[in-house]
Amino acid sequence: MQPAIIAAILLFFIVYSTIRIFMAKWYYVEDFHYLTPLYSPCVSNECVPGAAHFGTPFGDFPFFIPLGIIAFPIVAGFRVTCYYYRKAGYRSLWASPPACAVTEPHKKYTGETRLPLFVMNWHRYFFYFAALILLVNIYDAILAFRGPDGGFGIGLGTLIILVNVVALAGYTLSCHACRHVMGGRLKHFSKNPLRYRFWTFVSKLNVRHGTFAMVSLFTVIFTDLYIMAVSAGWFDDLRFIN
Amino acid sequence: MGTKRQFRIWRGDETGGDLQDYMVEVNEGEVVLDVIHRLQATDAPDLACRWNCKAGKCGSCSMEINGKPKLGCMTRMSTFAEDETITVTPLRTFPVIRDLVTDVSFNYEKARETPAFAPPPGVAPGDYRMQQIDVERSQEFRKCIECFLCQTVCHVIRDHEENKAAFAGPRYFIRAAELDMHPLDARTDRKEYAQAEQGLGYCNITKCCTEVCPEHIKITDNGIIPMKERVVDRRYDPLVWLGSKIFRRGQVPQTIVTGEHSPGAVGAHAAGPAGVHSHAGGSHDARAETQAQQGVNWHREVPKPTAPAVDASGRMPLTELTFDRAAAPSPFGDDVTFPLPPEHLNFAHPEQDKH
Repeated sequence: MQPAIIAAILLFFIVYSTIRIFMAKWYYVEDFHYLTPLYSPCVSNECVPGAAHFGTPFGDFPFFIPLGIIAFPIVAGFRVTCYYYRKAGYRSLWASPPACAVTEPHKKYTGETRLPLFVMNWHRYFFYFAALILLVNIYDAILAFRGPDGGFGIGLGTLIILVNVVALAGYTLSCHACRHVMGGRLKHFSKNPLRYRFWTFVSKLNVRHGTFAMVSLFTVIFTDLYIMAVSAGWFDDLRFIN
Repeated sequence: MGTKRQFRIWRGDETGGDLQDYMVEVNEGEVVLDVIHRLQATDAPDLACRWNCKAGKCGSCSMEINGKPKLGCMTRMSTFAEDETITVTPLRTFPVIRDLVTDVSFNYEKARETPAFAPPPGVAPGDYRMQQIDVERSQEFRKCIECFLCQTVCHVIRDHEENKAAFAGPRYFIRAAELDMHPLDARTDRKEYAQAEQGLGYCNITKCCTEVCPEHIKITDNGIIPMKERVVDRRYDPLVWLGSKIFRRGQVPQTIVTGEHSPGAVGAHAAGPAGVHSHAGGSHDARAETQAQQGVNWHREVPKPTAPAVDASGRMPLTELTFDRAAAPSPFGDDVTFPLPPEHLNFAHPEQDKH
């Protein structure tokens, strides 16, 4: 894709998610238990009833701390330091280089050898936390399989949340840090047959890491938009069962 | 019968030059290198160009075609429109010698600086045994033909000449990765070496090296990123970093690379006398050097190759027709036969003292 298109997509996501996390409303559909991934886990006393699946251990938040304060820095950090987004971002937003064999406009270049950019090397640790957030998202998706009466139910929102979780799982599991942790760091695959199989599996996903990265970006935005719309009453959720 | 195509080729030497226009005949199935050869045969007999196998296996004919680093012999003319002007320039990252020939010795210097395979202790040469799944990652990198397209496309040195001292380039990152993943390599400091000496941190993963590789080696995904992750194991664990800042532990010069320290020993004992380090490259370990020199006289008189006899005009008194063999005479002199007797070789196996 063209650098300008990538840049537009990345900037749109940054602006959209920033606006949304400070909105502090329309993030939960109580009837169908839909919680947007941008606010999950919701741990403040101000979270609407039912949205705080994990309780509110931190009490009240001051107004300038968004309700999604736990997940957002982790997920944002995970994406910023991601090896795919580094390529996309350095090329399209920072023009370093704008494209292969095209002269870059910067006079000096030190890469990721010093602050602030060596922080990019912390991707692994963002990955560990992002994997936990993924578990929270899976839990949210399971909760979304409930109807207004508390019994089993499926609506369009459930399916959208499910697709989003699959995309997020694909993105998280195909990560280069995951590939390294699963087995890439080994010197002798033959002595660790199980980890070799994990590594082989993650390697297959890893080829599509860029695709997962972009697809999950859109599914997150779309899931959030849908839940915002249903929550604000702009239209009703299409229910299939219950 | 082919068509006439418009070519613009950079002509000049280290003092400067410019693009010159040529109209050349192009036939079906030809590649850019064929056209350059036709130019040499017709309009530009003095056009300098490096080439060898014409099959994408020797890595000699690297050039920049319409601004993209490519192999001349693997770039088909059918990929261009009939009326397209094709611009051919030398590799931009390296100094020009003449026309399309550049001085790529930067790469050979970096190659010499990269520590070679270290044989495993206690295993005699000939007894090396490896399993296929253990070596297959390294084998991918052995496909490299050293065309240096990845080196020329890398913006770290392409746009910033000053980074050349500190940055080895993608070709040597996959070399480091190849050896670090090698099941029998005994060195444990390759990660530190890649980070401190090869400048792995300069790479910002923009993947141009992978895009230009004619052997389709996944340089970034399979070489550089795993290597970066291996460095992260040792260097960028934020907890370790924070601990070292708070408790002032591990305050040793971070560029130290020694031959033999154990995993995770970028600590106090790595700063011992063995940690002699030189930026010029080669072996960085004084003790290993002394060991390697035992039993080998590096200053032994090596017989000079003898030049062939020439006649009064300075030429060899023979022609291709009268010469007694089909190939060129040996550059080592006709009186030298191979293999040379082992006692005349300047080679010491690092393990030789143990056997």
